[in-house]
Amino acid sequence: MRIVLEKRPTPSRSMQYLSPVAAILLSLLTFFVIFLLAGIDPVRALYIYFVEPLTALWSIEDLLVKAVPIILIAIGLSFCYQSAVWNIGAEGQLAAGALAGAAIPILFPTLQGPAVITAMILMGIAGGMAYAAIPAILKIRFNANETLTTLMLVYVANLFLDYMARGPWRDPAGFNFPNSRPFDEGQMLPVIAGESIRLSIVFMLVAVVVAWFMTAKTMTGFKIRVLGQSPRAGSFGGFSRNRMVMLTFLISGGLAGLAGICEVMGPIGLLRTSVSPGYGFTAIIVAFLGRLHPFGILVAGLLLALSYMGGEGAQVAIGLSDQTTQVFQGMLLFYVLACDSFIYYRLRIVRQPALDAATVR
Amino acid sequence: MEPAIAARRTRPQSGALVEAIAITKLFGSFKANDAIDLTIRPGEIHALLGENGAGKSTLVKILYGSLQPSAGEIRWKGQPVRIPSPSAARKLGIGMVFQHFSLFDALTVTENIALALADRNNLAALAREIEEVSREFGLPLNPASRIVDLSVGERQRVEIVRCLLQDPELLIMDEPTSVLTPQEADDLFVTLDRLTARGCAVLYISHRLEEVKQICHHATILRLGKVVAECDPQQETAAQLASLMVGADVHVLSADTPPPSTMRTRLKVQGLSMPEPHPFAVALKDISLDVRAGEIVGIAGIAGNGQGELFDALSGERLAAREDVVTIDGKPAGRLGVTRRRRMGAAFVPEERNGHGAVPRLRLSDNVLLTRHATGDQLIRIGVIDFSSMRTLAERIGRSFDVRKSAVDPEAGSLSGGNLQKFIVGREIDRQPSVLVVSQPTWGVDAGAAAVIRQSLIDLARSGSAVLVISQDLDEIFEIADRVAVISRGHLTEPVPTRSLTREEIGLMMAGLGEGKKKGRAAMGQGEAAHAHRP
Repeated sequence: MRIVLEKRPTPSRSMQYLSPVAAILLSLLTFFVIFLLAGIDPVRALYIYFVEPLTALWSIEDLLVKAVPIILIAIGLSFCYQSAVWNIGAEGQLAAGALAGAAIPILFPTLQGPAVITAMILMGIAGGMAYAAIPAILKIRFNANETLTTLMLVYVANLFLDYMARGPWRDPAGFNFPNSRPFDEGQMLPVIAGESIRLSIVFMLVAVVVAWFMTAKTMTGFKIRVLGQSPRAGSFGGFSRNRMVMLTFLISGGLAGLAGICEVMGPIGLLRTSVSPGYGFTAIIVAFLGRLHPFGILVAGLLLALSYMGGEGAQVAIGLSDQTTQVFQGMLLFYVLACDSFIYYRLRIVRQPALDAATVR
Repeated sequence: MEPAIAARRTRPQSGALVEAIAITKLFGSFKANDAIDLTIRPGEIHALLGENGAGKSTLVKILYGSLQPSAGEIRWKGQPVRIPSPSAARKLGIGMVFQHFSLFDALTVTENIALALADRNNLAALAREIEEVSREFGLPLNPASRIVDLSVGERQRVEIVRCLLQDPELLIMDEPTSVLTPQEADDLFVTLDRLTARGCAVLYISHRLEEVKQICHHATILRLGKVVAECDPQQETAAQLASLMVGADVHVLSADTPPPSTMRTRLKVQGLSMPEPHPFAVALKDISLDVRAGEIVGIAGIAGNGQGELFDALSGERLAAREDVVTIDGKPAGRLGVTRRRRMGAAFVPEERNGHGAVPRLRLSDNVLLTRHATGDQLIRIGVIDFSSMRTLAERIGRSFDVRKSAVDPEAGSLSGGNLQKFIVGREIDRQPSVLVVSQPTWGVDAGAAAVIRQSLIDLARSGSAVLVISQDLDEIFEIADRVAVISRGHLTEPVPTRSLTREEIGLMMAGLGEGKKKGRAAMGQGEAAHAHRP
């Protein structure tokens, strides 16, 4: 008896939606077993991780704050992944956006007001776009594999950010901490709700709706889908693959840059050696978990933000390492991709033993 | 040339090495193989002849274990066997050299061969073994060369050596000369002779009749999934073989009269040459052609002789070097992309339905948009898609071309081949294009759908459009084309009226007969032979 993975005649619609649910359940189950083996009460640990953050108003607010950059980036990545462009360097594009936008308050500390805030946002978007254009050009011009170039450029951007924060842009009055000058209120996004929810949440919601409209209703979204699914049919339709590569890179880079500058002129309030705890990578998981659909991404982004919150809570309450969150996220991506193969394949158990032809000889 | 090749060949009188008995293979309701009997004796080169779609590759895949027969039996040296996989076939003693090679460019010859042979771990010893085998069989090969530096002929040698190292008793070769120069082909024949001299049998798949006559001891000819004849190819004339291959049944031409030759030219190709885009593709060599309003011109030819490359050049998926190489309705279009050519009134139907002519996972209405987004159908308003017009259009096409579907607007991939093809052809004809270029309009399509499609092509032409049909199906060409040209190795003959040719003559031209010989065949009409075979 053997088990074979057999191609389905038509892709399964129900698995398309069941897959992320199954992945979440499998991740929780695996977490349960890991806690059990580590001698930690699994029920309590899971409660701290996934329920407790939702029990207090302040932590729900914090959850939203964390979800904003993740969702912004994931929306951008969904454009790339729909057109089969594997940009996994949003973390670097985020840093590039943060650097570009933060240049204004650091170089011109006296400038303040709505115009400056607008300029910072635009610079942030432009920075992310410019940085994403590098792998796009490399792919178009030299057919360089974007999974490699985007990932490597993450390290370049992060190290450059580290250098700027420690070196040229370090606050002279900052007791040698590797930070820039803290920004003034007139250089930050205004708080629009609660104590910490800033204007960036509006950007995020607008991005979700616009992305939905673009993919579902416009010719651009249609071209992206066609080129992603059948490049040959796309070129028969008269669509340019190269232009689409550039466009999706610019969209995702711009949104990652926007997320970066919103972090700097929001929750963080200055430029540090690191401005993201891996949001750019988490967003990859969110994009796939959300089925590359804007509304799905909204839900998945909240879930992954929850895992960041839970990680912090578990660190305090039961002394778990903060790496636990990354283990959870990695596991989730692993399970999503594994479950996704059942959209196209199904398991079949073959009872008939494989006959070895050589034995007949 | 080695005397061995020129010598008269007789089929060895030994018992069967492998026998296929009443092999039938069904794909759905389609019989790819219909009760095929085949007997291969040790030491013979056995030709398997047939047009594309005759069932050759299905039969070979069954022998090599990649497909399982729906019915029938395979016997190996008299014993019934089941061959569940290619590795089982290799253990049994069956090797196969595919038309497309599976080699890693960046690795050396030895490394590539080591990857395929599980039991050879010592690379130095393997390299010596490779040298030995290559010397013995006349396959000069340097084990240390990287694949990327080798010619196509040398790459094929690597594949052959890889098979020979496993001491096969049957070697299956799938159109081995289709990628070779004539000189390389002659070298290959020497190798095959040495193999058979040692008792190895070769199953030789080809549709090049001259070489089959030259090297094969015996031939089995397939047509439409059935064995139509077995013969000694040296006893037959190439013409006899060709007519067996393409079928001699007479077809009545469509009754209506072809249009007068005074009609204006709507599609003109002049001196179109293009290099091959990749090593397995065909270069187009100085192709000239004109299609007039009201007529259907057919391009006959065996697959892989440049049809796909010609289609891409006509559709604009690959641009020509000069503007005036392709002219649509008198306006130069050689440098224009597919959308611009569509706007000039041209329409295109590629050979491959899924993934080229249509996106299988998109709905039919979305697939309407694929080729009609810029052709004045008002499907797009300031970048926003008008879904209801798209659905209306998809329904109209579905109705007028009798597309049978399971839902109102299903995914293209859920339709049967025939219905999807009717939809794709219908999508273009619905536009009333002034020029239609269609490749393999009825490939793999049931008879009913084929009739609908062919009739619609005739109707379109008679309404004043110019229709170019690229087809490997001679029946089809005889049925609908007013004039016919033959494509062979990237050359196109000058089109001549279909009625002036017999199918036997076209069959010979398709098989590349007389290639390299300048004798000029009467079959090709006046003076076209030299044009067709310009080096």
